[in-house]
Amino acid sequence: MAFLELDGVVKRFGRLAVVDGFSLAVEEGEFVSFLGGSGCGKTTTLRMVAGFETPTEGSIRISGTEIVPVAPNKRGVGMVFQNYALFPNMTVRRNIEFGLKVARWNPAESRQRVEEMLALIHMEDLAERYPHQMSGGQQQRAALARALAVRPRVLLLDEPLSALDAKIRGQLRTEIRAIQQKLGITTIYVTHDQEEALSLSDRIVVMRTGRIEQVGTPFEIYNHPANAFVASFIGQLNVLDATVLDPGLGRLAVAGQEVRAAGPVAAELGQAVKLSLRPEMLSLETGDSAANRLEGTLANVVFLGSIVRMVIAIGGRELFLDQFNAPHLALPAVGSAVRIGFPREACLVTLAEALDPEASLSKAI
Amino acid sequence: MSARRGWAWLWMFFGFLYFFVPLAATFMFSLHGKKGVLSFAAYQRVFADPQFLRTFSFSFEMALCTIVVGLALIIPTVIWIHLRAPWAKPIVETFSLLPFVIPPIVLVFGLIRMYSAPPFQLVSSPALLVAGYVVLSFPYIYRAVDAGLRAMDLRGLTEAAQSLGASWGTIMFKIVLPNMRVSLLSAAFLTFSIVIGELTLAVMLAWPAFGPYMALVGRDLAYEPTALAILSFLLTWGLIGLIQFASRSLASSSSAVGGAH
Repeated sequence: MAFLELDGVVKRFGRLAVVDGFSLAVEEGEFVSFLGGSGCGKTTTLRMVAGFETPTEGSIRISGTEIVPVAPNKRGVGMVFQNYALFPNMTVRRNIEFGLKVARWNPAESRQRVEEMLALIHMEDLAERYPHQMSGGQQQRAALARALAVRPRVLLLDEPLSALDAKIRGQLRTEIRAIQQKLGITTIYVTHDQEEALSLSDRIVVMRTGRIEQVGTPFEIYNHPANAFVASFIGQLNVLDATVLDPGLGRLAVAGQEVRAAGPVAAELGQAVKLSLRPEMLSLETGDSAANRLEGTLANVVFLGSIVRMVIAIGGRELFLDQFNAPHLALPAVGSAVRIGFPREACLVTLAEALDPEASLSKAI
Repeated sequence: MSARRGWAWLWMFFGFLYFFVPLAATFMFSLHGKKGVLSFAAYQRVFADPQFLRTFSFSFEMALCTIVVGLALIIPTVIWIHLRAPWAKPIVETFSLLPFVIPPIVLVFGLIRMYSAPPFQLVSSPALLVAGYVVLSFPYIYRAVDAGLRAMDLRGLTEAAQSLGASWGTIMFKIVLPNMRVSLLSAAFLTFSIVIGELTLAVMLAWPAFGPYMALVGRDLAYEPTALAILSFLLTWGLIGLIQFASRSLASSSSAVGGAH
């Protein structure tokens, strides 16, 4: 039996099902991210676990006990909010202490716990500050300490980093993961930022329009997307129009050139499909070593720091090709003809109505 | 630029005259209580009149009751609207304006008609007066409380407190009320100044309140009413000053309300 179980959870507002048939089992100590665009139901699902929304149908259990009828303040579920929600009338210390006072901890233990929490977030020096005297990153760390102080059974984080600037976001992300692993607390993390989800999670739940599209480890989600939506949502993706030449052998025609996938394609001969390629799977070719080669024109070069992104025009479409940066990198001139190569395994072939949720991805692996 | 500034000062000067000349004249007049000399005799007579203290303390008590009852009714209502029934907001806002539209005389006749015969025989009870005052101060209390709640992230704060195990009582007294001290103070002071000077309800329900006392003095005497006018002016300005002072000294903790955004 899993530690936290959501079973057929549905939430309707009027006739609209915001969350539809959501089932998930989270193991104790696991870090699970809900990833999806706005309005996909990820926050609503989180709020149902917290008790701020009541499911229309379905059940939510923690250690086998149904919690849907339990009031939010009796669930033992801690929450960290996007806008921190620190109590403005209290210092950091009193914010952290709040939950302990409510739970009637004895003063000595409570004081010790607050000190532990302050040390955990490296904010011993800021304990007497009020929220408005701190930066966003500091406020969010204090909010995390406040939620953890009472030793919740499950920690919920609702886009905790989205109000912060990029650098702080990166730092805090690492810190959140380290703290979570240190305490071994079961955590659900809601985000629309795929990079956050990929770097933090044990497992990711990709959601769209209230439904789960795929559940898997970051590695699985990125490398083996269950469908076209997941493939396009996670990571950069080049999508090209293709026609099936031989479904059995996985031969396709792209802008008059032939490409071969690693296995059979679930489509008819002559059917229009989409060929998706990750930018980092492509390379500039000089010889004939790559299994697949496409001719195009270098349209632009974008310098992204550690990565150099080349924009290559092929058959009226533009492809991104990512290459690691190096001091002596010799790049072809913009406007010159280039040849890109990629292995058969890089080909993700989907039916032409690519972003339809049901469009199955016949991955050629 | 300097010509513009010159005009600004000129208009300021006219504004100053407009407000302070009558006030100064009233003040000067109030000092003529003793023939031939300037003195505070009129003020001494006002304070010496036992009616002054009696009516003032009566109105003071009524004001306190109105503040307590008004806040107790309106704070939970507005919180409920903010959290659970945002659709009810325009309705309650319209209701809150009714005391401006319906004259107090209509209100008091309504109260007398409704509550002078069984089953609700309340005309002789000060509770009815307080109830009437609550209606009159409703717009002010409502607006102050609403502004206070708007200035904080009410939903976020209550949810954060709930997830930490807090009950509604704890949330109200430890989180919500402390974060709206300034708006509660302004609601209280506004209510106070309304009740202290209120005339119609007190006269029609026959209570020895401060408003009717001022009216009576104004009818019968010459210098004392001006002294009273100056006193009530000072009282009002004193209260406004207190609100300002309180908002500034509390600003350190309250300015951060909603600062999370």
